[in-house]
Amino acid sequence: MNKKKSVVSYNKWGYIFLIPFAVVFVVFQLIPLINTIKNSFFEHYRDGLTIIGPNWVGFKNYIKLFSEGNILKYFKNTMIMWIMGFIPQIIISLLFAAWFSDPSLRLKCQRFFKTVIYLPNLIMASAFSMLFFTLFSTVGPVNDILMKVGILKEAYDFMAHTGSVRALVALMNCLMWFGNTTILLLAGMMGIDTALFEAAEVDGATANQVFWKITLPILKPILIYVMVTSLIGGLQMFDVPQILTDGKGSPNNSATTLIMCLNNHLYSKNYGMGGALSVILFFITGVLSIIVFKFSGNEDKYGKA
Amino acid sequence: MADNKIKIDMVEGKVKGSVKSRRAVAYVVLSITCFFCLIWFYILIINATRSKGELTKGFTPFPSTHLIENLHNALTGTQPILNGMLNSVIVSVCTAALCVYFSCMTAYAIHAYDFKLKKAIFTVILAIMMIPTQVTALGFLQLIDKMNLMDNFIPLIVPSIAAPIVFFYMKQYMESTLPLELLEAARIDGAGEIRIFNTIVLPLMVPAMAVQAIFSFVSSWNNYFTPALVLSTDKKKTLPILIAQLRGADFLKFDMGVVYATIAFSIFPVVVVYLVLSKFIVGGLAAGSVKG
Repeated sequence: MNKKKSVVSYNKWGYIFLIPFAVVFVVFQLIPLINTIKNSFFEHYRDGLTIIGPNWVGFKNYIKLFSEGNILKYFKNTMIMWIMGFIPQIIISLLFAAWFSDPSLRLKCQRFFKTVIYLPNLIMASAFSMLFFTLFSTVGPVNDILMKVGILKEAYDFMAHTGSVRALVALMNCLMWFGNTTILLLAGMMGIDTALFEAAEVDGATANQVFWKITLPILKPILIYVMVTSLIGGLQMFDVPQILTDGKGSPNNSATTLIMCLNNHLYSKNYGMGGALSVILFFITGVLSIIVFKFSGNEDKYGKA
Repeated sequence: MADNKIKIDMVEGKVKGSVKSRRAVAYVVLSITCFFCLIWFYILIINATRSKGELTKGFTPFPSTHLIENLHNALTGTQPILNGMLNSVIVSVCTAALCVYFSCMTAYAIHAYDFKLKKAIFTVILAIMMIPTQVTALGFLQLIDKMNLMDNFIPLIVPSIAAPIVFFYMKQYMESTLPLELLEAARIDGAGEIRIFNTIVLPLMVPAMAVQAIFSFVSSWNNYFTPALVLSTDKKKTLPILIAQLRGADFLKFDMGVVYATIAFSIFPVVVVYLVLSKFIVGGLAAGSVKG
């Protein structure tokens, strides 16, 4: 009797220790989320110095967002820049992870390589894009080097062309994230039962066959996890294009991402439209997260050492 | 028989040769990639040491002698860089400390106790893991405006207490390092629950806490979106906002050496910390992802 009572009184501490998390979550995340959703149904913006609203308008903000808000264009920009960065990123990461985990290669200096490729992930994205902006400006060192080598005749204005601005954003994202992806995939590859590789070797499989027929299929859950989390991150793309184009998404809004658009609405206190955009992003992220959770369940079965 | 032997030798030789050539390819590609990871920072260092006049003459791969001068100009210029650095340090250190301590506490609550809503709460924490901060930013700004916390560090620091990803890492780590018998023993010795947490659980968690402290420090240090919306007076701005202002200004009028020095000033503290602790960071990353 006494013992049971003491167990119960211990377990109430579970709730007590959860209080800080719960309070902070409710105040700083849940209430703001509900408020954001509420805002999306009201007409509420600033016109000069007068504040209009809040008036209930139903789904009008959402309709307006699609009809005149350019949201589809910004979505397309975001996706193009994400794909341009993600494809090289996943190829390089797969290759490096396969090399690092290959016991027959026995690569030396692995820690040095891992340290270097992970480094860009920790760099302040805004400082990194400011750096790229100065390096790639018409009077910057990249143009200078390219002209000295003879590849360019005159300075190329990287900031004035849609393709080059998007390519720079993609390059930066790729540089910042491929190290992280490599380490994730490497952990997955190290978790594969070595007996499988030994059996393949006995059967005379080449390194190529082993990679395509054994490593990749077993890695599929982790690959999907990497891809979807990267997509979620890609939808949140902000710092790099914002600083690189000074918030203008120039040229011609071709580098404006969804979050840059949200940021503009927040600055101009355009709450209705900002709310509607947030809700859409929330739902897209939610669907993608469900996919991640569905597949990380499988990861337990295969990926664990 | 002998024929067979030769054949085997040939096959082995071929395999060895292919391993050698594959290794060579691997080293070459890895080296090229490392070059592309580091070249930008190399140019940054070089250019931060050159004067305005030298920079207009074009790029040279060798450093010059004006680093101190550039740094001095950056720190005494129109941008309150030193102040921004101080603000960044305050916000990031407080964020990392709160985040790590309370994530540990939350993980402990789920790991060590058995209560009715445990499973439900765990599922909820996992479910909210992916909500991006940008999505709730609108309501967040309205709320802190109502709470009179605009242009204040509190809304940048306190929300880090609820960090589901750090919580998840801590819980995974706890499962492998914290036996529940240890807690029982402490209870029999008469220690209170809060004391058990602070004096027994926390010391055991130090390796995991160190890794996560570094990550939350770095992500807070680099954070631009929320601080840019919350902080408005120059004295309170953190480094990323000042960098953005540098971009917004008509930069061609600036002394480019000073611009490079400013960027270097905001990047290199993190780089130095990373290189010193890289052993733990890269190792900790892999450990967390295998377990997770």
